[in-house]
Amino acid sequence: MAKMTYRVAVREAMREALRADPRVFLMGEDVGKYGGCFAVTHGLLEEFGPKRIRDTPLSESTFVGAGIGAALGGMRPIVEIMTINFSLLALDQIVNNAAILRYMSGGQLGVPLVIRMATGGGRQLAAQHSHSLEGWYAHIPGIKAAAPATVADAKGLLLAALKEPDPVMLFEHATLYPLEGESEDDTPMEFGRAALRRAGRDVSLITYGGALGKTLQAAAQLAEQGVDAEVIDLRSLRPLDTETIFASLAHTHRAVIVEEAWKACGFGAEVSARIMEGAFDALDAPVARVCGAEVPMPYAQALEQAALPQPETIVKAVRELL
Amino acid sequence: MSIHKTAATPGSEREHALSLLRQMLLIRRFEEKAAELYSAGKIRGFLHLYIGEEAIAVGAMQALGAQDAVVATYREHGHALARGLPAGAIMAEMYGKANGCSRGRGGSMHLFDVGRRFYGGYAIVAGGLPVAVGLALADKLQERQAVTACFFGEGAAAEGEFHESLNLAALWRLPVLFLCENNLYAMGTALERSESQTDIHLKAQNYNIVAEAVDGMDVLAVESAVQRAVAQLRRGEGPYFLELRTYRYRAHSMSDPELYRSKEEVAQWRGRDPISLFDAYLRGNGMLDDAELKTLETDVAKDVDWAVDEAEKGAWEPVSDLERDVYAGAGA
Repeated sequence: MAKMTYRVAVREAMREALRADPRVFLMGEDVGKYGGCFAVTHGLLEEFGPKRIRDTPLSESTFVGAGIGAALGGMRPIVEIMTINFSLLALDQIVNNAAILRYMSGGQLGVPLVIRMATGGGRQLAAQHSHSLEGWYAHIPGIKAAAPATVADAKGLLLAALKEPDPVMLFEHATLYPLEGESEDDTPMEFGRAALRRAGRDVSLITYGGALGKTLQAAAQLAEQGVDAEVIDLRSLRPLDTETIFASLAHTHRAVIVEEAWKACGFGAEVSARIMEGAFDALDAPVARVCGAEVPMPYAQALEQAALPQPETIVKAVRELL
Repeated sequence: MSIHKTAATPGSEREHALSLLRQMLLIRRFEEKAAELYSAGKIRGFLHLYIGEEAIAVGAMQALGAQDAVVATYREHGHALARGLPAGAIMAEMYGKANGCSRGRGGSMHLFDVGRRFYGGYAIVAGGLPVAVGLALADKLQERQAVTACFFGEGAAAEGEFHESLNLAALWRLPVLFLCENNLYAMGTALERSESQTDIHLKAQNYNIVAEAVDGMDVLAVESAVQRAVAQLRRGEGPYFLELRTYRYRAHSMSDPELYRSKEEVAQWRGRDPISLFDAYLRGNGMLDDAELKTLETDVAKDVDWAVDEAEKGAWEPVSDLERDVYAGAGA
């Protein structure tokens, strides 16, 4: 166990992987000389050199595609897309190549590629820099998608991702980078499992990534009001750990999904549908969703905060269920 | 209309030349058969024929070895055949059978053979270029003496991925051989209607890549140019760009009514049929006569018949296997 920030945890995972496996290398914009847009990769170029820490031109589509080709060619690339906002430029390569090459080739090809990116809003970066589109990627068969919300997961999920034989997308909420916490040593983290962050009796708060902090704050406020909330951190978006969700609902009977993404056709809609399909009889109330407002993200602070889930709005949603 | 002569001893030169002719004939007859089978409903979806362009795939493959990688497009049957994929595996794939090279999962546009380093088969124009860049990067990082040959049409020159890929390959000195098959039409859009600069190879020069235009109807010119390019790539001086000027005699695909070009234009290009040109060259040099050609055609016909047979008798993948290979191991 060691205390560190989330950004250092991601860095340490990469450092360990780079040291242990010569097939691992990193490429992306400003990952080398700049030290990473969020300072995640600071120091890696100095330690591992320009062959393994590769600054790319502003060519998301081609450097993601090159990651795919390098994975086909026997390497274990980590591609950093600076943010999920720019990942849209690489959608063709992700959806039309990475996700489907194994299936479309009749099982001959595998793409062991890890794509990491910052995601989310809340830092007054306005509408083109604040997207939460994890749900778009979780929609695609052939991809695995995860959102580490803690320091331990930031390290553990990246190390687990590098063992996967298929493309993995990791979403790091940008507000989490300075988060302090404990990383775990040598605990192999299993892909596809949710984590129980707070045990409770009265309602299951189901969330992921950057919304975990506010959800835990809401749980604390609810506790003061005599409501005991269980908090599930999904961690894995695809595959989704319905076992943990259903086990929770078996004793709480109420669910509120919390995410920053827009409500319409969002990831929460999928979780809600799966709950309806698999745990209908456990429910005492409809599944509720607390999501981002249906607006492009505004710059002005009060507007942006109003557009995002807050502890108060989560608490309100829970009270409406009780 | 000059044909470049390769330097070799007379006997092996003839043998090699006849091999080139045979490979082009195989592609031609295979594609003709595929067209028939498509009309008969045996092959479904989209079918893009390589008829008229055979000299490029055949000429280019001569310089590539087993350690090299090939990336192509949805018009890739000729490349697959020239690369050595069995005609039966290709035909079965087009039928959708489990004995197809992609287990029936891909069809005509998505032929894969990892053992022969044949990495598809892409339906998104320019979509294979970044993958080719990555394959070359993997070879360079692992210090393997291999070259990645990336075939694409001139339509790809309009896509952003073309420009990004050329830039990145040049910047990182990657062993990519970019092979632009310029057949003058991106589906129904003529080159001069979509490109402000129609000399495609000049675009590559602007990325500091050595680039040439080659007569794509002349199999020996193609072979010689690719050998030159590959030699440079094997010396670590990559990438290299060849614009191969050619023409497709059939429509873009089987459902294309060809409203965008005249029959006269097609007829004019038929006068430069790569197989006829090479046939004339071989006869002029005493390397081919009617009897020899008949033997080749009979042989090729047997190969094509065998391919159809393999496809006909192949089994369908059971529907219960639908979710197999979405991920490695057991299903999703």
